[in-house]
Amino acid sequence: MAEKKKKRAIPRQPMPEQAPEVRRRNFKEVPEGYSPETAMEEATRCLQCKNPGCVDGCPVSVDIPGFIGLIQDGDFKGAIRNLWGKNSLPAVCGRVCPQEIQCEGKCVLAKKGEAVAIGHLERFAADYEREYGTGELPPKQPPTGKKAAVVGSGPAGLTVAGDLIVKGHEVTVLEAFHKPGGVLVYGIPEFRLPKDIVAQEVHFLERLGVKVETNMVVGRTVSLDELFEQGYDAIFVGVGAGLPRFLNIPGENLVGILSANEYLTRANLMKAYLYPQVDTPIPMGKNVVVLGGGNVAMDAARTAMRLGADSSKIVYRRSREEMPARVAEVHHAEEEGIEFHLLTNPTRFIGDEKGRLAGMECLKMELGEPDASGRRRPVPVEGSEYRLDCDLVIVAVGSGANPLLTQSTSEMELNQWGYVVADPKTGKTTKKGVWAGGDIVTGAATVILAMGAGRIAADSIHDYLTLGW
Amino acid sequence: MFKIVKREEMAGGTVVLNEIEAPLIANKAKPGQFVILKATEEGERIPLTMAETDPEKGTLTVIYMVVGKSTAVFKSLKEGEGYQDVIGPLGKPTHIEKVGTVVCVGGGTGIAVLHPITRALKEAGNRVIAIIGARNKDLLILEDRMKQASHELKICTDDGSYGRKGFVTEVLKEVLENEKVDQAVAIGPVPMMKFVSKMTADYKVPTLVSLNPIMVDGTGMCGGCRVSVGGETKFACVDGPEFDGHQVDYDELMMRLQAYCEDEQKCYNDYCLLEQA
Ligand SMILES: Cc1cc2nc3c(=O)[nH]c(=O)nc-3n(C[C@H](O)[C@H](O)[C@H](O)COP(=O)(O)OP(=O)(O)OC[C@H]3O[C@@H](n4cnc5c(N)ncnc54)[C@H](O)[C@@H]3O)c2cc1C
Ligand SMILES: Cc1cc2nc3c(=O)[nH]c(=O)nc-3n(C[C@H](O)[C@H](O)[C@H](O)COP(=O)(O)OP(=O)(O)OC[C@H]3O[C@@H](n4cnc5c(N)ncnc54)[C@H](O)[C@@H]3O)c2cc1C
Ligand code: SF4
Ligand code: SF4
Ligand code: FES
Repeated sequence: MAEKKKKRAIPRQPMPEQAPEVRRRNFKEVPEGYSPETAMEEATRCLQCKNPGCVDGCPVSVDIPGFIGLIQDGDFKGAIRNLWGKNSLPAVCGRVCPQEIQCEGKCVLAKKGEAVAIGHLERFAADYEREYGTGELPPKQPPTGKKAAVVGSGPAGLTVAGDLIVKGHEVTVLEAFHKPGGVLVYGIPEFRLPKDIVAQEVHFLERLGVKVETNMVVGRTVSLDELFEQGYDAIFVGVGAGLPRFLNIPGENLVGILSANEYLTRANLMKAYLYPQVDTPIPMGKNVVVLGGGNVAMDAARTAMRLGADSSKIVYRRSREEMPARVAEVHHAEEEGIEFHLLTNPTRFIGDEKGRLAGMECLKMELGEPDASGRRRPVPVEGSEYRLDCDLVIVAVGSGANPLLTQSTSEMELNQWGYVVADPKTGKTTKKGVWAGGDIVTGAATVILAMGAGRIAADSIHDYLTLGW
Repeated sequence: MFKIVKREEMAGGTVVLNEIEAPLIANKAKPGQFVILKATEEGERIPLTMAETDPEKGTLTVIYMVVGKSTAVFKSLKEGEGYQDVIGPLGKPTHIEKVGTVVCVGGGTGIAVLHPITRALKEAGNRVIAIIGARNKDLLILEDRMKQASHELKICTDDGSYGRKGFVTEVLKEVLENEKVDQAVAIGPVPMMKFVSKMTADYKVPTLVSLNPIMVDGTGMCGGCRVSVGGETKFACVDGPEFDGHQVDYDELMMRLQAYCEDEQKCYNDYCLLEQA
């Protein structure tokens, strides 16, 4: 009991971070990571609950008291191996999971004070292994002679590839872009998730024997049926939710209005922030407005600030409580000087004589009755129109199902929004030998949910390859 | 790496042809489709139409005009060297059908894009009249191939240094006056496509144009290639690149093509200075 009290007295260890006024103009990662001493101190706070709430809060049931217990003992090598049991990308999840509504949200300590910093510790274990680990590979089962193709190299696809390769199957990942990683490389910025980490995770899979073929637009370069003809026994489809939504209001095709997908792809995948050392340009806005309230919107607004904007604003039609972004990202954005214009809805864009964006007209909103999603519906305040000057607008109001692959594939059932129908217990689609998971099934969600879906599908694919459909 | 097996310069070195090893794409491609190429690790993704494919050799051919930094880098690649990335085939193939008499109008490097479509239309049993134009004699490309791909070839140059003096639209007008044309295809600079479409609209001749907005992924993921067609927003990389010429908002397209103009001009100049140094 006395020990518990002592533990309670330790405050949550703060994460060392680049100072806001410095980092708002550079692309280096914001949090700098725990030292081994801080990690052990933080780990000591964990009460090692018998019925841990935290594990229930994690979509893939990471053995949280288990790996944190090992960090308490200074066994960092053991901690990362424990994590790998449930989560093949802990360096990524420790950085980008919405912990406050998942693991940490369910930690007993959160009820009275501050939760154990599970995400920070997960990141620490993974980073420590990358830095000091032996690079030793997990054991692989003997070859089964079966071949699986994984379409898309986002977190869902990478999880399937990693799981199937250790079970002895041959695995080839086919990726449309010239670099693997999905949203982890083209969407989430360097300052939140360094691209080296993603590259190393992919390299790790390659060392295990996974083949990665880039520049393969499945549905165009090769079809699913042709993959079967080429001798693949099973296919996993994890192509993400790559279809940008626009607002469909007047003026949206003016020069200076980009989807977040385009803006972030230029910035991250094409590294346009280094232009002109690299060849891909990116519009440098002075007065930037980002439309939306999710992680994507925060990333775009913070990227614009780093590219030298005088002002970078979030315009969101609901209130702060409804913003879907991670709390940590909203907080970071505010520290960096991003302005929030909440309960505000754009109604049209205004251009100059050359067709370039000069401003937009907005309407103030107020919260009305709750809608189907349980969130209070924003309703316009009559006569509240006003003009906001801006020279760059980034539209981050969500994304839909990209039809490129699905429309060229027969027998694979889609729902009314164009997402692939897959059995949640197995990931099986209605097309024989084809599984699907991640954003192309659920709609834009999270990294960990995509990985969870990948794991379920990999188990089912393994059963199929060894036992039959 | 995607190796360049053949390289040619045309139009006084302002236009370059590359035949590139890319068997998977060559095997699948149809007339009207394009590829995205990236030369180096730091390179830009640039869309180019396939002027030709040879599934047996496993090669595809692109013909491009050197207009900026990226195409200048492409030009610097020698035979035996190659592109780091080639992605495709992208876009919808041209709808090729026997309709009767077709006029194919091409300007500048648009002629390279027009050529395989012209040939396919002829092979489908149409009577094909081709009209090609350039600013001057030295800039005219693919005359021989266009001659083979059509039944009748008319040539014009802006300065009269070769063929008829004047714009392609003037020659087109004569053709439209003199015979019944069932379809037109126009590929070239945006103003050319705009004026051809205006003219064919007067004669009620259905017209296909191929649009070249700025692209990034080429798979419908970024929306950078959006164009207005018939009042609706379309993504040229997946809904096109070919559209009904009478429905396209050309003025918007021209404005959108200027998006990076100042940056690009500076980047190109810097690159040229560096090359000369
Ligand atoms: C900017 C941004 C920030 C985000 N921030 C967070 C965050 O902080 N925390 C969090 O948990 N989640 C975040 N998300 C959401 C998360 O990234 C996604 O839910 C997750 O990446 C989905 O994984 P996936 O494997 O289903 O698809 P993706 O990551 O989208 O990967 C799909 C891959 O398939 C490829 N592909 C598509 N079509 C084809 C084809 N026809 N042939 C071959 N390959 C194809 C794509 O190029 C891509 O590489 C963010 C998303 C974005 C865009
Ligand atoms: C589907 C498609 C097919 C194409 N096929 C061909 C082809 O077969 N042969 C060919 O020569 N070109 C073709 N283009 C155009 C080609 O992609 C551009 O010329 C190229 O991107 C210019 O790159 P750059 O860096 O060298 O020039 P930049 O420095 O990017 O631009 C130089 C100048 O060209 C303009 N420009 C930029 N992008 C484009 C563009 N996409 N189209 C037209 N002008 C542009 C700029 O405004 C600037 O004034 C095609 C474009 C598309 C979308
Ligand atoms: S995977 Fe995500 S939710 Fe699960 S324990 Fe790690 S940080 Fe928490
Ligand atoms: S609920 Fe909190 S204290 Fe309990 S085991 Fe999980 S992390 Fe540790
Ligand atoms: S090029 Fe990105 S959607 Fe067309």
